Amino acid sequence: MKMIIAVVKPHRLDEVRSALNEIGVHGMTAGEVKGYGRQGGHSEIYRGAEYTVNFVPKVKIEVVTSDELADRAVEAIAAAAKTGKIGDGKIFVLDVGKAVRIRTGEEGDDAL
Amino acid sequence: MTHFRRRAAFGFTAAVAFGSGIGEARAEDALSGGDTAWILTATALVLFMTLPGLALFYGGLVRARNVLSVLMHCFAIACVASIAWLVVVYSLSFDDGGAQQAWIGGLGKVFLDGVGPESMSGTIPETVFFMFQMTFAIITPALIVGAYPERIRFGAVVAFSLVWLVLVYAPACHWVWGGGWLADMGVMDFAGGIVVHVTAGVSALVLSVVLGPRRGFPHEIRPPHSPGMVVTGAAMLWVGWFGFNAGSALAADGNAGMAMTVTHISAAVASLVWAFVEYLRFGKPSVIGIVTGMVAGLASITPASGFVGPMGAIVIGIVSGVVCQYFTTWIKFRIKIDDSLDVFAVHGVGGIIGTILVAVFAAPAFGGLGLAEGVSISDQLQVQLIGIVAVAVWSGVITWILAQIIARTIGLRVSEESEIEGLDIIAHGERGYDLT
Repeated sequence: MKMIIAVVKPHRLDEVRSALNEIGVHGMTAGEVKGYGRQGGHSEIYRGAEYTVNFVPKVKIEVVTSDELADRAVEAIAAAAKTGKIGDGKIFVLDVGKAVRIRTGEEGDDAL
Repeated sequence: MTHFRRRAAFGFTAAVAFGSGIGEARAEDALSGGDTAWILTATALVLFMTLPGLALFYGGLVRARNVLSVLMHCFAIACVASIAWLVVVYSLSFDDGGAQQAWIGGLGKVFLDGVGPESMSGTIPETVFFMFQMTFAIITPALIVGAYPERIRFGAVVAFSLVWLVLVYAPACHWVWGGGWLADMGVMDFAGGIVVHVTAGVSALVLSVVLGPRRGFPHEIRPPHSPGMVVTGAAMLWVGWFGFNAGSALAADGNAGMAMTVTHISAAVASLVWAFVEYLRFGKPSVIGIVTGMVAGLASITPASGFVGPMGAIVIGIVSGVVCQYFTTWIKFRIKIDDSLDVFAVHGVGGIIGTILVAVFAAPAFGGLGLAEGVSISDQLQVQLIGIVAVAVWSGVITWILAQIIARTIGLRVSEESEIEGLDIIAHGERGYDLT
């Protein structure tokens, strides 16, 4: 099993969800986060004053898939989240040692 | 003692136009139910400007960790100012000062001494006049809250506001509206361009200099945490301002109607102008910008509201939308003073603009309702400038001294650690938001 962590632009979340649904990934955890990469923040203007905003709002998605689905899931996320502009985000893939479905006690791929 | 009213508005130019001012109550005036009902209503509207209007407007502009502290400042000031008004500030502002009448009112109405349900102030009960003017004394120190958020000690807010009302507001109010020396000169301030906006604006600027800027000022400052809250509060200010300006007619009459009309026009024009200038400068008209333009337009029309016509209101709106915006940038980024929520740039400058332009646009040639008989535009302009400068200097000097005393006694500013933590938890032990 793999855990895919993707940090993407907030307005791409729905596209990412649809793309994952299409390849058979039916669960995800998503949350609003703030951070920065090479973009290093941005500036906003209020009342004619420019304010530096160091942390840019993003959405962080966590998905756990079977080993065979992982690469396709990464491709699906990347394709759906891409705008081609700075700040499109990053995807990380981690190995997952164990998964448990709390209600039934199922483990491994069956728990996904 | 004469009850100054703005009959100039109706061509009764024999009476000089003064503003909300009123001297000793004239018991021979018959009570007008209409006037009384309107001023009772206007009183509620002006209180609504501070609570919750201004509180939300300012609260949305600060960081999430300081939102409660700003609401607390406005609320506490409303309470403190109300008590101070009853105890001594009303008396100093509007009681006959006898030999000192030019400079300060007397102490005859301390604790509303001698004022009962039957006491009259023109055509309304004196208690109603007392309450209406109280709401002005509440919002004026509350405006100064915008100078010092996110870093001031709560005790300093209470102490400063209390003493400031006695030493700055009462004299300024008396000079302009209580039959003092500026009133004698014929200064025109219908609803508080000088009494409210110049005093608050200049004091805010001086206080923010003494206090010092927020951490990371000017470029590392966090943007407003809730623009939606800012708009909510601003919209309440707009509605409340009808009471502020149209109530200052102290009657339910045509003068109040025209004051309300020009107030509304100026606000609408200044809002659009501010947003348009932002569009030209940055490519986007902002929400915070359009509502800040509204406040600038309202502050500017305030001194002129009972004297000018719709065309004057349009010009005053345009000028305030451009000039106040210029000053927000100039104060913060050119002379680098952290008057955090732009009290001086928006209220101070706005009040000054209207106080100057009323001398021009009150003239019938410019669609106004008339200057006092025998007074030319340039005569009036001179009086207006004297009023602005005198009140600005007084406000600035007293504020500076007061801030120094507070800094050396109870302390003005929280520690850097407390500033990082936020005033909500540090000063009040509460959080504005718990989103878990």
